[in-house]
Amino acid sequence: MSYVIEGRTGAWEIVVGLEVHAQVISNAKLFSGASAAYGGEPNTHVSLIDAGFPGMLPVLNHECVAQAVRTGLGLNATIHLESRFDRKNYFYADLPQGYQISQFAHPIVGEGKVLIDLADGGQREIGITRLHLEQDAGKSMHDQDPTRSFIDLNRAGVALMEIVSEPDIRSPEEAGAYLRKLRQILRYIGTCDGNMEEGSMRADVNVSVRKAGEAYRTRCEIKNVNSIRFVMQAIEVEAARQVEIWESGGVVDQETRLFDSARGETRSLRTKEDAHDYRYFPDPDLLPLVISRDWVEALKAALPELPEAKRLRLEAEYGVSRYESGVLTAEQAVADFYEEVAKASDPKLAVNWMLGDFFAALNRTGKSIDESPVSAAGLSELLALIKDATINGKIAKDVLEAMVETGESAAEIVERKGLRQVTDTGAIEGAIRDILAANADKVAEYKSGKEKLFGFFVGQTMKAMKGKGNPAMVNDLLARLLAE
Amino acid sequence: MSLDTRTVRRIAKLARIGIDDAEAEGLARELGGILGWVEQLDEVEIAGVPPMIGTGLAAPRAREDVVTDGTVTGGACREAVLSNAPDRVEAFFTVPKVVE
Amino acid sequence: MAGMTLASARKALEARKISAVELVEAHIGAVDSLDGQLNAFITTSFDRARAAARAADERIAKGEAGLLEGLPLGIKDLFCTEGVRTTAASNILRDFVPPYESTVTANLLKQGAVFLGKLNLDEFAMGSTNLTSAFGGVTNPWRREGSDAKLVPGGSSGGSAAAVAAGLVLGATGTDTGGSIRQPAAYCGVAGVKPTYGRCSRFGVIAFASSLDQAGPMARTLEDCALMLEAMAGFDPKDSTSVDRPVPRYTEALERGVRGLKVGIPKEYRVDGMPPEIDALWEQGIAWLREAGAEPVEVSLPHTKYGLPTYYIAALAEASSNLARYDGVRFGARVPGASLDALYEATRREGFGEEVRRRILMGTYVLSSGYYDAYYLRAQKVRTRIQHDFLAAFEKVDVLLTPTAPSAAFAWDEKPDDPVQVYLNDVFTVPASLAGAPALSLPAGLDRQGLPLGLQLIGRYFDEETLFAAGRVMEKAAGFTHRPAIVAEGLA
Repeated sequence: MSYVIEGRTGAWEIVVGLEVHAQVISNAKLFSGASAAYGGEPNTHVSLIDAGFPGMLPVLNHECVAQAVRTGLGLNATIHLESRFDRKNYFYADLPQGYQISQFAHPIVGEGKVLIDLADGGQREIGITRLHLEQDAGKSMHDQDPTRSFIDLNRAGVALMEIVSEPDIRSPEEAGAYLRKLRQILRYIGTCDGNMEEGSMRADVNVSVRKAGEAYRTRCEIKNVNSIRFVMQAIEVEAARQVEIWESGGVVDQETRLFDSARGETRSLRTKEDAHDYRYFPDPDLLPLVISRDWVEALKAALPELPEAKRLRLEAEYGVSRYESGVLTAEQAVADFYEEVAKASDPKLAVNWMLGDFFAALNRTGKSIDESPVSAAGLSELLALIKDATINGKIAKDVLEAMVETGESAAEIVERKGLRQVTDTGAIEGAIRDILAANADKVAEYKSGKEKLFGFFVGQTMKAMKGKGNPAMVNDLLARLLAE
Repeated sequence: MSLDTRTVRRIAKLARIGIDDAEAEGLARELGGILGWVEQLDEVEIAGVPPMIGTGLAAPRAREDVVTDGTVTGGACREAVLSNAPDRVEAFFTVPKVVE
Repeated sequence: MAGMTLASARKALEARKISAVELVEAHIGAVDSLDGQLNAFITTSFDRARAAARAADERIAKGEAGLLEGLPLGIKDLFCTEGVRTTAASNILRDFVPPYESTVTANLLKQGAVFLGKLNLDEFAMGSTNLTSAFGGVTNPWRREGSDAKLVPGGSSGGSAAAVAAGLVLGATGTDTGGSIRQPAAYCGVAGVKPTYGRCSRFGVIAFASSLDQAGPMARTLEDCALMLEAMAGFDPKDSTSVDRPVPRYTEALERGVRGLKVGIPKEYRVDGMPPEIDALWEQGIAWLREAGAEPVEVSLPHTKYGLPTYYIAALAEASSNLARYDGVRFGARVPGASLDALYEATRREGFGEEVRRRILMGTYVLSSGYYDAYYLRAQKVRTRIQHDFLAAFEKVDVLLTPTAPSAAFAWDEKPDDPVQVYLNDVFTVPASLAGAPALSLPAGLDRQGLPLGLQLIGRYFDEETLFAAGRVMEKAAGFTHRPAIVAEGLA
């Protein structure tokens, strides 16, 4: 692994920590009864509480707390039975109250860890510092009017989980793996849809560089990066920028930067760090948040099987490889689909077909597993036909394609097209004899030692039989007849 | 305890309250006076005393995760939210253009 | 209608000796003729009041009268009232019309109360003189003997106190953060109750300091306050700090008496420089209770002197944050600016008055980086000690008796320039606010210049009933029947 930047003065290591803002899946907002749904006409998912009207008061949404606890459990983290909401005070056009309610001093979730999967098949542990609940802000639109920005408060007050990692990440690849793993866990638990395009998952990226063995150097925070690819790119260019500064005798300023994906560079937001003074204090409109150990245990008991556990189980139960289990558990729906097929047909056959032709078919049609044109039962039926030798593997590929196209079942297609495999020795033998007779010169070559030609005869026979010959029988009979 | 006008300006900036030079001086004096007066709290022994967060009388409570407010179709509630806006364009609040 | 009270007017309505329309018209007439001198109202809502009075008469006729059916009240202009301008006495909300009703006023409306309008106050309830209102100061209806000097009504609920004292309304809502009900009640010779924190919902009440703000009734008698509080109080799921427990029938506690009750006399409230008349009135109050069978006990509240500075740090810190929402974007006045920050700074400079700006800056300072621990955190710890003082005292006694304020009302032009000197008006009322304990003030006598003085009772959490019982004993003994110089004849 060990990602380094080779500078003029030697090798630099990069140090990255991520603050991920994940939008909580809930019906209503964190402190109001307005809808948390994405989209909507401007200022329609807004209550007077979200708009910060005089005398309006927040009341905590219980489900958002449960979602944070579930996520904390999924990150193997400490759950704090007592936490608190603070006010983070600053002025901005899309922050109606003039403060964001957030858990600054006492977050609901403490330290945890995430195991990330690396390209070489290895794994690394990334520490989680904390997870806390906070309100999202509204949205400013700057391109609708020459002199004014427009404010839509639909997002204002929607619950976010801020998930802060330790500065354990050492390469762009690890950052990508961390985000994918985090998103996978959140989706498994059902606490965030992880949709970065809609902004329901965004990352602030803290980047610094150092020589091996050094203490941390100054870091820069790249705000609001909205795709995994951009996070990886931003780290790469920001680290290179910092190396360049250090190596030319400069000093990296601690500052907030933006990633410009079009130009592939980061640039300073030019806000002075000391201009921010958030004046945190406990929100007097809210009581300390106290939850019970029993409730946490109940949430834990109701958690779905998490990716890593599922992976180990699939390996043990179905004998799939480490690589295969990784692909199968990337999404919960894929794993569920697999298990259904594996149970109904053959686990080995199932994984081969899913990772091969089935995924290819999904890709080709641009469908997700949930929208798959072939159901788990449908695929199982096809695999059963292979297993009981009704059709051979080659024919099965065509059948799957037809299933995707027509929506018919495998058996229907096999019957309609007459694709049953031929196992009648006489019929196969007849076909072989015809081929051998028509290719006497090749038979002679074969007999004089050109054994490669065996494959040619198999191919010709299968072609003559429209692919329906039982491959094992064709092979056996061909060998016998050539030896005559 | 005295405050300098630079500090007063910084605080005024944080609070987004415009002040002029004459005001800054007057405020430095007044706020300095109040700060001097509250310094008597330093006499109180507070070691091991927790900060008071509420009276502890209300029972913790939370709302169900149900949409009860705002509107999804845009109707009465949107108009209520926008009804006092000092400047609006259609369904938006407005501010002077923010350059990012 | 001489010496009318909420309770007596209620009986008269019930007995059909008077109609709600007549009662409301009489009070509207009083507002029309006297409020030019007092400036107690910021906004009147007479048309609504007349319609409400007619509806009240119908309900009374059908035997469906609520607890306060047809009774004219005034609402401190800090309570949001749906469709009726609500200003907090600030230019920044000069034209604000809430599309919602505060829970407390909704509760009053549910019981048939008729609102004559919105009452003046110190801007955002920040003050104890009512001189910081953007709509002009309120004049106390009382005068010193032989003087025409305009006196302050106290604050921040000065409009409420003045309107009740002068007979413009039978009762009014107030809010009390550090004494804003009790001190003006004392200055204007009326009764006022600050209930336990969490007793009345804060939903829809414009916030000053969230951990201290509490709504309560102001009226000419404790019985009237009890009636109003029964209607105002109650659990509200929309306020996370609201307490879910039943509202007692406070009116039934009034005549309970004080036999066997232990009345604590906190020695730290005997401050230097207090006028001898206030001392004497305090002694008189102790004597009244003793004569009625109570046992006075000296107690100590050792951290009393730290109450005011603690209060100012806690309240102003919260206020600086609570008032951040007045930014000229979604509601309220806007002063244009070339940039977003310029808009904010101009809007908030023009929109807020001097005292509010000063308090926001002070609150911003005590929360700012490097000062949080020294000021805000320390103050909240001292606040814990003050709360513990009260809890310890209430292990020995049932109720505490103190003066309400260290002086009688003073003239408009006698307001000290030094803000700290003004803050000292709240020295006796602030500690109970910090602890969240219930307290009331009742008019108990006059000073030698003929101005009313109040006595304060402080009770255990949610034991407003004992306050009413002990207060009623003193109210009867005091026989306070004095009326101010400006008064609606026949109504008060």
